[in-house]
Amino acid sequence: MSTSKLLAEKGQQLLGWVDERFPLTSTYKAHMAEYYAPKNFNFWYFFGSLALLVLVMQIVTGIFLVMHYKPDASLNAAGVPVAFASVEYIMRDVPGGWIIRYMHSTGASAFFIVVYLHMFRGLIYGSYRKPRELIWLFGVGIFLCLMAEAFFGYLLPWGQMSFWGAQVIVNLFAAIPLIGPDLSVFIRGDFVVSDATLNRFFAFHVIAIPLVLLGLVAAHLIALHEVGSNNPDGVEIKKHKDANGIPLDGIPFHPYYSVKDIFGAVVFLIVFSIIVFFAPEGGGYFLEFNNFFPADPLKTPPHIAPVWYFTPFYSILRATTSDFMWALGALVALTGGLTVLTAKCRHVKLAAAAVTVVALLAFVLIEAKVWGVVLMGGSVLIFGLLPWLDQSPVKSIRYRGGLYKSILAVWVVCFIVLGYLGVQPPSPIGNLVSQICSWLYLAFFAFMPWYTRLDKTKPEPERVS
Amino acid sequence: MSDNKQDASVGGAAFCACSLDPSRRALMAATAGVGAVAAAGVAVPFAASFMPSERAKAAGAPVEVDLSRLQPGEKMTVEWQGKPVWILRRTPEMLASLQSHAAGLVDPESKAAEQPAYVKGEARAIKPEYFVCVGICTHLGCSPSDKLKPGAEGGMDESWPGGFLCPCHGSRFDLAGRVFKSMPAPTNLVIPPHTYLSDTRLVIGEDTKGA
Amino acid sequence: MRLFTKSLAVALFGLAALGAQAAESVALDKAPLRFDNASLQSGAKTFINYCLSCHGASAMRYNRLTQIGLTEQQIRDNLMFTADKVGEQMTVAMRHDDAKRWFGAAPPDLSVIARARASGDGSGADWLYTYMRQFYRDDSRPSGWNNVIFPGVGMPHVLWQLQGMQVAHFVEKDDGHGGKVQHLERLEVVEPGLMTKQEYDDEVANLVSFLTWMGEPARETRHLIGWVVIAVLSVLAVLTWMLKRAFWKDVH
Repeated sequence: MSTSKLLAEKGQQLLGWVDERFPLTSTYKAHMAEYYAPKNFNFWYFFGSLALLVLVMQIVTGIFLVMHYKPDASLNAAGVPVAFASVEYIMRDVPGGWIIRYMHSTGASAFFIVVYLHMFRGLIYGSYRKPRELIWLFGVGIFLCLMAEAFFGYLLPWGQMSFWGAQVIVNLFAAIPLIGPDLSVFIRGDFVVSDATLNRFFAFHVIAIPLVLLGLVAAHLIALHEVGSNNPDGVEIKKHKDANGIPLDGIPFHPYYSVKDIFGAVVFLIVFSIIVFFAPEGGGYFLEFNNFFPADPLKTPPHIAPVWYFTPFYSILRATTSDFMWALGALVALTGGLTVLTAKCRHVKLAAAAVTVVALLAFVLIEAKVWGVVLMGGSVLIFGLLPWLDQSPVKSIRYRGGLYKSILAVWVVCFIVLGYLGVQPPSPIGNLVSQICSWLYLAFFAFMPWYTRLDKTKPEPERVS
Repeated sequence: MSDNKQDASVGGAAFCACSLDPSRRALMAATAGVGAVAAAGVAVPFAASFMPSERAKAAGAPVEVDLSRLQPGEKMTVEWQGKPVWILRRTPEMLASLQSHAAGLVDPESKAAEQPAYVKGEARAIKPEYFVCVGICTHLGCSPSDKLKPGAEGGMDESWPGGFLCPCHGSRFDLAGRVFKSMPAPTNLVIPPHTYLSDTRLVIGEDTKGA
Repeated sequence: MRLFTKSLAVALFGLAALGAQAAESVALDKAPLRFDNASLQSGAKTFINYCLSCHGASAMRYNRLTQIGLTEQQIRDNLMFTADKVGEQMTVAMRHDDAKRWFGAAPPDLSVIARARASGDGSGADWLYTYMRQFYRDDSRPSGWNNVIFPGVGMPHVLWQLQGMQVAHFVEKDDGHGGKVQHLERLEVVEPGLMTKQEYDDEVANLVSFLTWMGEPARETRHLIGWVVIAVLSVLAVLTWMLKRAFWKDVH
């Protein structure tokens, strides 16, 4: 017997030994070699695996950064905060440190770019619809964790933007009636953002949130592999199977999508490297210029804005003034009225009427500042309702009508405009525009049950095209 | 293609390696090769970050010591690379005592000891008067304590010629840092590179003064 | 999707229009940066002689100046006044608390000042280049000096003997909302300094180049490694693309 044959046999034996004790081969088959994915994935389907890649990259670079970073707000002998100085220490004194740090800081922005595109994919192809509601909900959870992770992590360099960003966001909680002011002190552990805040944010950033995030990612993938992937046509490939029970329009994930995703990953890494090596500051959007000033609790920078990935939601916060509450009231009244008129069940009608009245009363009684916070949170959480708001008979944008397409286009524009205005200093025109965009952003969700029914859809094909 | 079915049951690795036509196989190898290069490249900064940083190197840089105020029989300690470096100004009696106990030493000639080539003989020094060594026991890294006076005065026995005693595991060294026989420490104390700028100025950590 | 793309285009056009009315900006002069060793060394000398007496650069180690072509001996002999070891950081002898008492605010550490001063108006270097050339006499200030782009600056004009003394001429202008604003018309040199305007601008350009270099000493290495990384990844991209195609032959 030749050596290679012998080795192969030994390998077989070892694998058999493991398989009797651990489901290695069966897991591999279930999730790779015999996980059948639709054969018509397009460009948009790269971003899921890319998000996983960025997650791994953030974790690995993060581990190495923790080895050198010091969460300490006290001043060193030169009068520079220790945390701020330790970041510069990584950038200069640690061999290879600057690459690791730039990978991590660029990775933060890359994560949001990839995840936003991944979410948009879900939106246009109806990936949140039955039976994938849980995948979508886990995804919303991942997005929330990501925002928390980014927020906590942004304090760590202890620059001016870190400090004042945290100060403003923590003060949002002070808007909550009654408990607000005490709550914000509780979150900070001090009367201002301080060393105590820095240390707890550090703990959340490096261990607490990542643990939850990893759990949610696992749940997201398990749920996905349970029901199978959606595709650009939004039709179920499991409806048409061959004699062996394999979907006719499915191909094994490995090797087909593994080689395809590896190619996608390499292209992504090229773009990523261009930023890391040639524009790590991202024009002041990935690393904000003001954050190269150490945190100074006595001096607010003239213009503070959150990092770009938070700005659409931040704009909604800023747009919520007492004037805007009228427009919001109208939106709620309209939605409530439509529900009362069109609901089939009597109880639903009653409940909708009651909720509307209570909401309108609350708008009058509670100040706009509180509602700004509620709307900012709500504008993220509302994504979780999409599976139930969308009543269209088709999933994919390919078979939707002009009504839905135009409304979606308006919503995308509003999202981008809100993001843009969020990085700009406030101005009268900007505020008006952001109010209009905020209203339209919310209306996209609020009126979805009705316009998706009205929309003139095209018939879905039986098989993928 | 009967092989094919069998391989498929093994899993993807076999699927990729064996069921492929030669052109795919070559492509796989090329991709794996370049991929390995890329992966190795990525690993470089991460591995490098474990090396001493500029701060550690700066702290470990050569140290200049002024010996003018060190009295005969006294010892001073300076920090170099985070380690205690002893400078003992030996009296003529101390130097004379070094010859008395060669038979009791593991390595009286310091043949196995870690020391620069220009440090020779029983005195183990450039200038016999000044003994320079790293004050860390060669056993497990504790710093020995001074037992400079000969005899039983310092809690040693009558025959003690003067030297150092490691508090951790009891290793004994003489006034040239040479370890006595049947002690836990295997070798004599380490002598760092050092050089004299003048009669009383010493640099520790450098063989000759750099440019 | 055509409708979709069209509305996107319209919106982006609108955005550009909105951007045009963004916040007031400061006119900055473009800093003529030069990263050759001679310019950087000259900038380093100015920095150490004039700036380092009050401002630290605590992230910067003296021996990093070897990167701009100086030997350790040159650094030790000509540039090190406050430190003993060539690996030490550029710190100020002044204690932070004392500085705060004396100047009101402690002079900031300048390690990354060239990165911090960047804004939508220009690079950090542009800001510094403009700032160092626009000091003018103002007896209403405790230091006797003021600055066009940093009104109410705490720092006196440290290089005034080189540049000379400038005074500012302001004109009153309508701010568009019925109020008046002071608008700088010009700066006039009333007492010439040791340098001509050209010489002084060069001196400041070198200083600012040094500050930019000091903000990120790894920059040049970063670009160099970047090209290698992108080259390797490009090869890998071609190979993985071919591999993908080879496998996907079966599917289509």
